[in-house]
Amino acid sequence: MTTQSTTPARAGSRFGNRQQLQQILAFAGLVVIFAFFSVASPYFLDWANVKGILLATAVTGIMALGATFVIATGGIDLSVGTGMTLCSVMTGVFLANLGLPLVVGVLGGLAIGALIGLLNGLNVAFLRLPPFIATLAMMMVAQGLSLVISGTKPIYFSDVAGFDQLAAGELVPGLPNAVLIFFVAAVLAGVTLSKTLTGRYALSIGSNEEATAISGVDVRRWKVVIYVVAGLFTGLAGVVMASRLNSAQPGLGLGYELEAIAAVVIGGTSLRGGKATILGTVIGALIMATLTNGLRIMSIPQEWQKVAVGIVIVLAVYADMLRRGKEA
Amino acid sequence: MNIHTTTRRRIAAAAAASVAAVLALAACSSGGGGEPGAGDKPYVALVSKGFQHQFWQAVKQGADDAAAELDVEVTFEGPETETEVEKQLTMLQTALDKNPDAIGYAALDSEASTPMMTDAESRGIPVIAFDSGVESEVPVTTVSTDNLAASAEAAKHMAELVGSGKIAIVGHDQTSQTGQQRVEGFTQYIEENAPDIEIVDTQYAGGDQLKSADAAKAIMQAHPDLKGIYGTNEGSAIGVVKAVQESGRSGELTVIGFDSGTAQTDAIRDGLMAGAITQDPIKMGYETVKAAVAAINDEQLEPVIDSGFYWYDETNIDDGDIAAVLYE
Repeated sequence: MTTQSTTPARAGSRFGNRQQLQQILAFAGLVVIFAFFSVASPYFLDWANVKGILLATAVTGIMALGATFVIATGGIDLSVGTGMTLCSVMTGVFLANLGLPLVVGVLGGLAIGALIGLLNGLNVAFLRLPPFIATLAMMMVAQGLSLVISGTKPIYFSDVAGFDQLAAGELVPGLPNAVLIFFVAAVLAGVTLSKTLTGRYALSIGSNEEATAISGVDVRRWKVVIYVVAGLFTGLAGVVMASRLNSAQPGLGLGYELEAIAAVVIGGTSLRGGKATILGTVIGALIMATLTNGLRIMSIPQEWQKVAVGIVIVLAVYADMLRRGKEA
Repeated sequence: MNIHTTTRRRIAAAAAASVAAVLALAACSSGGGGEPGAGDKPYVALVSKGFQHQFWQAVKQGADDAAAELDVEVTFEGPETETEVEKQLTMLQTALDKNPDAIGYAALDSEASTPMMTDAESRGIPVIAFDSGVESEVPVTTVSTDNLAASAEAAKHMAELVGSGKIAIVGHDQTSQTGQQRVEGFTQYIEENAPDIEIVDTQYAGGDQLKSADAAKAIMQAHPDLKGIYGTNEGSAIGVVKAVQESGRSGELTVIGFDSGTAQTDAIRDGLMAGAITQDPIKMGYETVKAAVAAINDEQLEPVIDSGFYWYDETNIDDGDIAAVLYE
């Protein structure tokens, strides 16, 4: 698996083994699901289908990467779904309406994501709003603004040459760029979480905010930085989404944040903060997409697909809690 | 400490100012129409199933046309997504409380509104159901597309184009009457008139383009010899086209859609989609307001007013009748 190249994040070596255990567990879960569907349907284990699963993972997966940082601090980001939509719409405004060059439009989309993160961060760190409330508000603001700015109509990129290739093109033959972008983003997120101050402070704030502050870290400033990092991933997801649909759909997005959070949690990142893993998030996102895909291939009705995903979330989090119980 | 408090105060002030600015903007954009119901014109309140979707915007356009022609005041509102039954009921209640001369109502849940229907009746406010029926004796008429007939028309074209073999359906909603009839009319026609065609799978993806694409891909994967897919609304149909494109099987599968929107009309022009059924949303809005005015004037109305549908493909997409009802 290409994702193996991401280094697991560690909240200090003390947690190293347990984290690896959680990742192994999540990965084993993925393998079991894969094996199950491969036996259940002759059409499941096929490169075209695996590619489909990876493609279905990409957008939610990229959002989940960003959400991992916020959740690592013990926070939550409900604005990633509609925030992503706003980034798509703004990318549409930059490229399709204003006719800016491709690179500028894409960077603009990312910048809007960063701006959303910045506002979330300021509201959480300086106005001291609970992250749930701050990002819930942002979720609504972003949804409303997407509709206002787009005039409630989709923005199409038909006249923007090359934009659809961002997601659909294949720099690596056989692998859609959307998937490549997801993997590269995962590696960057992994490095950021484990090797940079941003990642280390995110985990440190999540495990003990007061102690982190006492040790001389400017907690408020770093929280803002962490939300901005999360926002950048939201922006990237927005650009990839827009490119894959070759349009910015202002009505989409609501509910995607919960899928992203579910992916993070299945991967073993704790909602209480202080413990996070990017590889886990990638596996979590893959589990969600694989499950949906496999159940669809078996022609299981959509309503049962949701039941299955719900059960997997419960199992994953319960397994995590059991281990934590032993720790205490 | 002092510095911090001042900063915080400043931020709070800035936040308050920006909220005030947004509210002022919103007030400006919604102004102009004057206080509904305050003038001498009859006032018709329309509560729709949605607002941001292009279909509902086209209904609104038709309603506005009729309002201008018949010299009545019309307001139009609807929830953000077609699952927000409770929010729609609140809107209906608010509309009733404004004491309009007539109400147009497109029920998300046809039974949930029974108490309000009784309320409308006791206040002597005539109710016009539009888009889908309301399980109540109160509405004086229902303005809607005959979805069974419309989806049978889609099936007829599918049968002609495919001849024999396996086909599948990507539906948008298995809980609403419209969503059910779009599948039912199609399935019934195929069963009765095309014995050589087998519908191998029907999957629902909520009309979300990405999810519809993933669902269509899974179906194609499970049935490699699939010859055609029918998407029951705009989002489903575009998702199906996306799936066929991404699997590199453009031209091999017959794709038939429903409703319009630029992505769908482009797909038909580019030969990616064989054709689609369009409702006549403009006529729906127009007829609803016209029926409301007739009801206000105590005129007799037919129990059902068909707002019509058309089959359109490459050959007639630019004809005047068709082009007028296709929305972007």
